[in-house]
Amino acid sequence: MLTGDRAKYLGLIFAIAFSTFLLENQTSIFAGIMRRTGSQIADVTDAEVWVMDPATRYFEQTKALKDTDLLRVRGVPGVDYAVCLFKGQPVARTSKGEFSQAVVLGIDDATLIGAPRKMLLGSWERLREPDSVVIDQAGYILLFPGEPLELERTLEMNDHLVRIVGISDASAPFGSFPIIHARYSEAVNFLGRERSQMAYVLARPAPGLTPSELTRRITEVTGLRARTANEFRWDCVRYYIANTGIPVNFGITIAIALLVGLVVSGQTFYLFTVENLKQFGVLKAIGVTNRRLIAMIVLQALTVGFVGYALGTGLGALFFEVTAQKIATRGIVLLWQNAVGVGVLMFLVVIAASLLSIRRVLVLEPAAVFRG
Amino acid sequence: MMNATQPVNAVRCRGVEKHFGEGDARIHALRGVNFEARQGQLTFLVGPSGCGKTTLISVIAGLLDSTGGDVELFGQNTAKLSPQDQTLFRRRNLGFVFQQYNLLPALSASENAAVPLLAAGVKRVEAVDRAKSLLARLGLENRLDAMPSKLSGGQQQRVALARALVHEPRLIVCDEPTAALDHATGEAVMELLAGSAVHPDRAVVVVTHDNRVFHFADSVAHMDDGRITHIEQRN
Repeated sequence: MLTGDRAKYLGLIFAIAFSTFLLENQTSIFAGIMRRTGSQIADVTDAEVWVMDPATRYFEQTKALKDTDLLRVRGVPGVDYAVCLFKGQPVARTSKGEFSQAVVLGIDDATLIGAPRKMLLGSWERLREPDSVVIDQAGYILLFPGEPLELERTLEMNDHLVRIVGISDASAPFGSFPIIHARYSEAVNFLGRERSQMAYVLARPAPGLTPSELTRRITEVTGLRARTANEFRWDCVRYYIANTGIPVNFGITIAIALLVGLVVSGQTFYLFTVENLKQFGVLKAIGVTNRRLIAMIVLQALTVGFVGYALGTGLGALFFEVTAQKIATRGIVLLWQNAVGVGVLMFLVVIAASLLSIRRVLVLEPAAVFRG
Repeated sequence: MMNATQPVNAVRCRGVEKHFGEGDARIHALRGVNFEARQGQLTFLVGPSGCGKTTLISVIAGLLDSTGGDVELFGQNTAKLSPQDQTLFRRRNLGFVFQQYNLLPALSASENAAVPLLAAGVKRVEAVDRAKSLLARLGLENRLDAMPSKLSGGQQQRVALARALVHEPRLIVCDEPTAALDHATGEAVMELLAGSAVHPDRAVVVVTHDNRVFHFADSVAHMDDGRITHIEQRN
């Protein structure tokens, strides 16, 4: 019946597709940004436990540990190994004068635990060479705009000249800064020297021990804050949600998208029903039961909902397919969880939109069909 | 014992009353109507606008509850049925033809004609096939898949007639079936109605203003001010 009114049919599909696109777009970008808050944690695959000062709440802002803390962690029963990790944000400059603040991660000199494993050019093992760094591709493009990826280029960091020995595919950080890996002993010199510079201790549990159990033991023995990698990533997400305006900004857009979807589709669907009351009256007169009329209305609502949702999701997937190719927006994708969640929301929207129509049809006297 | 040669009452109304509103705003649409429509006959219900014709056929068809009196269709007092049973009774026993055709715009001619069968749970293919053969008998064999918007008024009314007949109901109620048609088309539709709807086991009640088609009636009930004033037996 609804397809007979082309304008309203297309209007409904457009409203739901628009709503779906906006919701999936905004929730996925939000999730992508939140995921970036812990992307450097996820990139470390050699250690499952992060140990930090109890005052450290999230990855970006750290209170330094004492050098002896590394030894204390190593002394906890169940620690297979534990290594230090430096994290700082010095300025990196090129010989052509380009510069940018960078996230420098100083990894254990002996084991190189925490080194980037996804390399586009060069090798992370070459970090053993003196004055060597590995930079991520996005950082390279930022510092050497328009130039091909090449090794052996130099960067100046706090009066230290370093060579690029590898280009990694590190996950995008929250702040869009270059990600630079270096050995711990060299990385600490890229910033003005402080008494203690160790940001984290990375640890792996001995075989048979879970990371959660190890975090419990480390906290119990050392008094330091120990988190599994997954817990620490969620700590970062929660910190940004609680302490920034990001959720409010996205929340407003998401609420508007939901409201527009509900109001436009609800109103259009209701108008369609009101304009077709005579047809519903005919069906009632003919002997179509209320149950079947409700099924018809719901089926029509679900059909336009499904078509609109599919179109909106298609548009959303296309959008993220395009933006995924760009360095600045890499890693922000349409998550299946978002698509499913928005699908459930759209289902509720079309059901809500059809409820008013159902009520109107149920109270309709079939005798109305003889009037005018 | 029922006499085989005597027409049987399909519709029997006794003292039917219907009023709308309360107090000073109360309107008496039907004031003790006595009316009968017999099987095998085309019964016309005529009268000026506002005399209660539409209210009476709405009550007869079970689309509107009466305020008082009895309505029997084929010996069944429909007021005593539950709403669900009234719906099922209508589905099995009644067919409708409306002034404005009221076809579903998104369905083709044959799908429109098949609606009562679909409502009764007949499989779609079978329902549409039966509707198509009926439409062909009504002269629409070349317009089976046409949408209502592509049909002329006379063609739409023939589709509506097919919809009223397809499930072989025992009573067909027509509300001003020729009012929206020119004389020639109205005449053609009435010929089809008289030729295909009238059947020994079926009654047809037609509400009309159109005195150009009165000659099709077997009996004419004249209404005024909510009452049947007199009945003419024509054939």
